[in-house]
Amino acid sequence: MNTHDHPPGHGHGSLHPHGIEEPPVSKVSGVPLVELANASNSYGATIALQDISLKIWPGQFLAIVGPNGGGKTTLLRTILGTAPVQQGKVLLRGKDPQRSSLERIGYVPQLETIDWNFPITVEEVIAMGFFGRGRWFRSIGDDERRKLQDVMARLNLSGLGDRHIRELSGGQQQAVFLGRALLGNPELILLDEPTAGLDIRSRDDVIHFLHEINHQGVAIVITAHDLNWVAAHLPWVVCLNRRLIAEGRPQEVLNASVLKETYRGEMVVFHHDGMVMIGERPHAPHT
Amino acid sequence: MSLLVPFEYEFFRNGFLAAVVVGALCGFIGVYVVLRRMSYIGHGLSHAIFGGAVLSYVMNVNFFVGAGLWALFSGLLIHLISHRRWVGADAAIGVVTTSSFALGVAIVSTYRSFTRNIEAALFGNILGITQKDLWIVLIISLIVSAVLIMLRRQLLFATFDPEVASAYGVSTGKIDLIFITLLAVTVLASTQILGVTLVAAAMVIPPVIARYLTNRFQRLLILSPLIGIVCGAVGMYLSFYLDVSSAATIVLTSAALFIVLETFFWFRRRGRTLHPPFSTG
Repeated sequence: MNTHDHPPGHGHGSLHPHGIEEPPVSKVSGVPLVELANASNSYGATIALQDISLKIWPGQFLAIVGPNGGGKTTLLRTILGTAPVQQGKVLLRGKDPQRSSLERIGYVPQLETIDWNFPITVEEVIAMGFFGRGRWFRSIGDDERRKLQDVMARLNLSGLGDRHIRELSGGQQQAVFLGRALLGNPELILLDEPTAGLDIRSRDDVIHFLHEINHQGVAIVITAHDLNWVAAHLPWVVCLNRRLIAEGRPQEVLNASVLKETYRGEMVVFHHDGMVMIGERPHAPHT
Repeated sequence: MSLLVPFEYEFFRNGFLAAVVVGALCGFIGVYVVLRRMSYIGHGLSHAIFGGAVLSYVMNVNFFVGAGLWALFSGLLIHLISHRRWVGADAAIGVVTTSSFALGVAIVSTYRSFTRNIEAALFGNILGITQKDLWIVLIISLIVSAVLIMLRRQLLFATFDPEVASAYGVSTGKIDLIFITLLAVTVLASTQILGVTLVAAAMVIPPVIARYLTNRFQRLLILSPLIGIVCGAVGMYLSFYLDVSSAATIVLTSAALFIVLETFFWFRRRGRTLHPPFSTG
């Protein structure tokens, strides 16, 4: 199933199966925040992304799922501009990325890539969000300090500013990097596996923050491995394995045939009480 | 006061000031060197400068001009080669710096007349520092420190998370270029004092010691130069009374401090079975 022509939104204030109110998707200008048109990307001879066409709209909240090495992180980096496409194009608000402001995109890397022994505090990490383009030699003023405190309060990090980043829980650590992304007033935040390695409580904290930010009109794109978590919490999903297999609502897209094509393996999909649940098909026992 | 006796000698006063200034400078830039995992570059650049120093001597050019240009050239070459990606930074440093060092050795072997000056370049000549040298070192230290202070936030971002920094509009390429230039200039200023073989230690040991004492970046930027200053001052005093090479004594003082802290935290770790030995302060 490929739903490229599906309307970009995921309801307009409707209720998600789990009672999460879906934020309205804005199509006021009719221009997507990000548009990938037949974008392809490779590392040497290895193709990372092939012929990807995808639109991300203001206020949208979507998850990219797919196997390891399927191009999820590369897709985020392509949107961010750190992995330039070799074919096709990427447009930000309908314009060439070099002529539009990249400051309005926030990025939260995988926590695994962070050097947790680096001598740095919570506040120092979040404040990095101020040091973007054109900020050479500038220091933080009173307004910016207030904004920093506001963001920390929104993410329940007040009072933790002087702590080393390793001293926080997994959910708080994710919130720190989310805070850094929020400081630039982004229209879009990209998060690479924000729930990887987190326990259930921390994952709950993270999705709570993300929904809150999304409800304020910020578009959010995450990559994730846990299909059940995606089905339960997110209104839109993109299945990717180097090429775009399908996109749409989880209830529509997460079916056995799409998942087989995405993961090259059999999965059991069943519906219960309006929810989609995905399980692995057990291997036949050895005889 | 017997403690002031060494200060009766001009050579000691100059040397003491030079050791303190270079200790602070190396301690400051060393924070970034260690966090950017560029210790080998510091070591390599000092060896590369040896080639420039020997050439300057042969061509009768001022040390700071000749060796300075050579250091900048070597630094930029390392930067360019390592950014081509098909050769790692460590390999680029190995090629550039050892070639430069070999050039110096080749010239020395041809002109056997300046063994003493070469010895000074290799092991430092802190007690031969003149007022003019001291001023040059002081001005270089002030300029490098000023640029590091102005760029500290971008440098921090580019050091901690280079890919995201780049995506946020921090010019990581320019930052890298500026940093390697500052590093080359620092190594140049320090080589005459500490010598080619000991400069890297002055840039690496103080931040490593400071790292034991704090988990905060801003405090690291203060503690590391302070440790560099203390080691420079104590090393100079000890070398005067022990009659041992000053540069070597400075490095050995910082090494001794490192060993003391490592031992203390090793015992503390054994007692607590905790994570790495970093304090929460």
